[in-house]
Amino acid sequence: MISFELDEEQVMIRDSLTAFAAEVLAPGARAIDEAGVVPDDVIRQGWDFGLIAASIPEAYGGGGGARSCMTNAVALEALGGGCASQAAAILAPGQFVNALIDFGTEDQKAEHLPRFTGAEPVAAAMALQESQFGFAAEAQRTVATRKGNGFVLNGEKRLVPLGDRADTFLVLARDEGGEGLAAVQAYLVPRDAAGLTVEPENGTQGLKPLPKGKLRLDSVELPGSARLGGDAGVDAARLLSQARVGAAALAVGLSRQATDFAIPYARERVAFGEPIGRKQSIAFMLADMHIECETMRWMVWKAASLLEHDDPGAVKASVLAQDYVRRKAVKIADDALQIFGGHGFIRDLPLEMWLRNARTLTVVDGPVSV
Amino acid sequence: MADFRLSNIDQQILDKVVEVGNSTTAFTRYYEDHEHETPPARLEGERGFEEVFPLFGQRKPDDTPMMTFMMAVSIARGSAMGVTRGLGLAMPTGRPSGLGNAALQSAGTPEQKAKWGDLFLAMSITEPGVGSDTKAIQATARLDGDEWVINGDKIFVTDGVKCDGAVVWATIDKSAGRAGIKSFLVLKGAPGFELVRQEKKLGIRSSDTAAYAFRDCRVPRDALLGGDETVPKDGGSAGYKGVMKTFNMTRPAVASGGVAKAKGALDFARAELAKEGVEVDWEQSFSQRGAVEQRLIEMEADTEAATLSVLHAAWLNDMRRSNNLESSVCKAKGGEVCRTIPQAAMELLGGMSVSHDHLVEKYLRDGRISDIYEGTGQIQRLIIAREILGFSSEELT
Repeated sequence: MISFELDEEQVMIRDSLTAFAAEVLAPGARAIDEAGVVPDDVIRQGWDFGLIAASIPEAYGGGGGARSCMTNAVALEALGGGCASQAAAILAPGQFVNALIDFGTEDQKAEHLPRFTGAEPVAAAMALQESQFGFAAEAQRTVATRKGNGFVLNGEKRLVPLGDRADTFLVLARDEGGEGLAAVQAYLVPRDAAGLTVEPENGTQGLKPLPKGKLRLDSVELPGSARLGGDAGVDAARLLSQARVGAAALAVGLSRQATDFAIPYARERVAFGEPIGRKQSIAFMLADMHIECETMRWMVWKAASLLEHDDPGAVKASVLAQDYVRRKAVKIADDALQIFGGHGFIRDLPLEMWLRNARTLTVVDGPVSV
Repeated sequence: MADFRLSNIDQQILDKVVEVGNSTTAFTRYYEDHEHETPPARLEGERGFEEVFPLFGQRKPDDTPMMTFMMAVSIARGSAMGVTRGLGLAMPTGRPSGLGNAALQSAGTPEQKAKWGDLFLAMSITEPGVGSDTKAIQATARLDGDEWVINGDKIFVTDGVKCDGAVVWATIDKSAGRAGIKSFLVLKGAPGFELVRQEKKLGIRSSDTAAYAFRDCRVPRDALLGGDETVPKDGGSAGYKGVMKTFNMTRPAVASGGVAKAKGALDFARAELAKEGVEVDWEQSFSQRGAVEQRLIEMEADTEAATLSVLHAAWLNDMRRSNNLESSVCKAKGGEVCRTIPQAAMELLGGMSVSHDHLVEKYLRDGRISDIYEGTGQIQRLIIAREILGFSSEELT
């Protein structure tokens, strides 16, 4: 049955996170972007909402709530409407936890999930991106080779969220000799694994204060139990789709934020004797921004909802949502900047930051997931 | 809870709609060749839409709400290859129904609805010099005893040839602007009411478009829709607002017609390109795709976004919530994709896409109107911009 109705819990989450985004994330966003690192205090405040622990089964000390991609999409959009960088820092561990809930064996869940149910923030992350241009998950260069009952991983991962502090990485790698997404699996790699080197990244255009790391895997030997899902492994298409839709959900929040910031300015800024919002050239830009904010949200909701129900159309819906948001979010942030003219270019206002964040969010698969 | 899946029975209905809609491919061009003929009730070999009706009885109360589902039906039906009947709304209700019927239902008195509800009514607003700016219309009506006397010219009257009558906009006080505009129900045969001509068009040729002339046309006093003869000093009249409100119900439906033609063109291009070995692999990353595959994805994403905006506006209506803004959003999106998607489909298919051997060029011609009638894309953007900026129609023109 087609419905656009959120349930009561989702409305509550949306409203409380929207308020948090407006009152805490947005006011600090510019200074944090300039400083280059999301403060621990912000991550802790975000952690206190219990978003990550909520869907961890009670058996592992979690809230036992439904593992809902829709709820995550709603949460990401709400936080993304305050500051995408801080939102990503708060929810990046969710990418790791979601994957464990969805694909982990009983032993893997028992080993890892309880850590995420405490009061202290815990950092873990998925490692996907690599250094080559035109990166494609199905053609990645990080390779897993079987050795006895275990695996040996070789390769390099870039832009790994929370790379400076994550205690465990979920590293995606291709089976040696395998092709396509069917050959891509995920491995639980502890930070102190022999052969793993973690270095800080050199800085990025957008999501600048989200800590990021560079992983070098030099013959990292792992036991057989390190492969997520054991013999069954993971459905990499689904794992990737969740990451793509997660980033898209953040971008929807960011797009709404940029649009809502431009509207009052267009009402107040006077040129040639009247507010610029009374000129169709500006008014129509804003109308299009509003139109796309709305439609991109439904694209993300549909993909998240189908992913949640493991619907056969979920991967396709995710590609469509990612494609749509990729084109529209950048355009919206760019148009918002244009409406502010030179002021949009100056770093006093958040416009240029939003453009950097929109571009960044829509070329990486992650750093969060639904 | 938010959900985007159809129940089995709803999916069956949509499949059946397409199956029936594809039954008359051989006759699809009938109206291209028989433009000015009265269309036959049923073309040879054409399967009737009544085949779908029994399935509706199997829908459950917790299925997709009715108007939302009807938009999905409309998109499926309009995208089918054999649909000859232009952009007609999804489901024949047993008797023809035009935009004038919607106006009667939203602005008419109970007596008027009872009296004229069974007629097929067109809507007659546009004039040779007045399109989107409806408050500038020139046609006049003045009361003479117990009759209204209407004078003026009207064009672009959808169904104006085959209708029983039309809801005609005319001003009873030009100095009052919008507040002076009233709508009158004028039946065919009224003295002074002339059907001047039937227009020839780019597409939707099965939908007739008429021009009218009113020369001292006399109609009874109760032909004034809503019955309110007063002209308020400020703001719009109840009648005007009532008619404008009609659009909140009809815009999603009209948008669905545009989306349908986008979907039809996309489905056609996808199927034909697959025969040539070009197909989207949904597990492939962006950088691994070919240019044509990427274009197909963008076309499908745009069509999907427009579809969801239509379903959302209709769903709000089903939930008895306001959809003023959303009906304009979906109309803008439907108007966008009805142009861009058939154009892109032809681009991907190349030279032979122009041939009358194939249907794709017809989707472009039939779809194109969707960004014009029922408020152009520019009018929708004006409405949206005024709403989000908080400007009146005088402040943002």
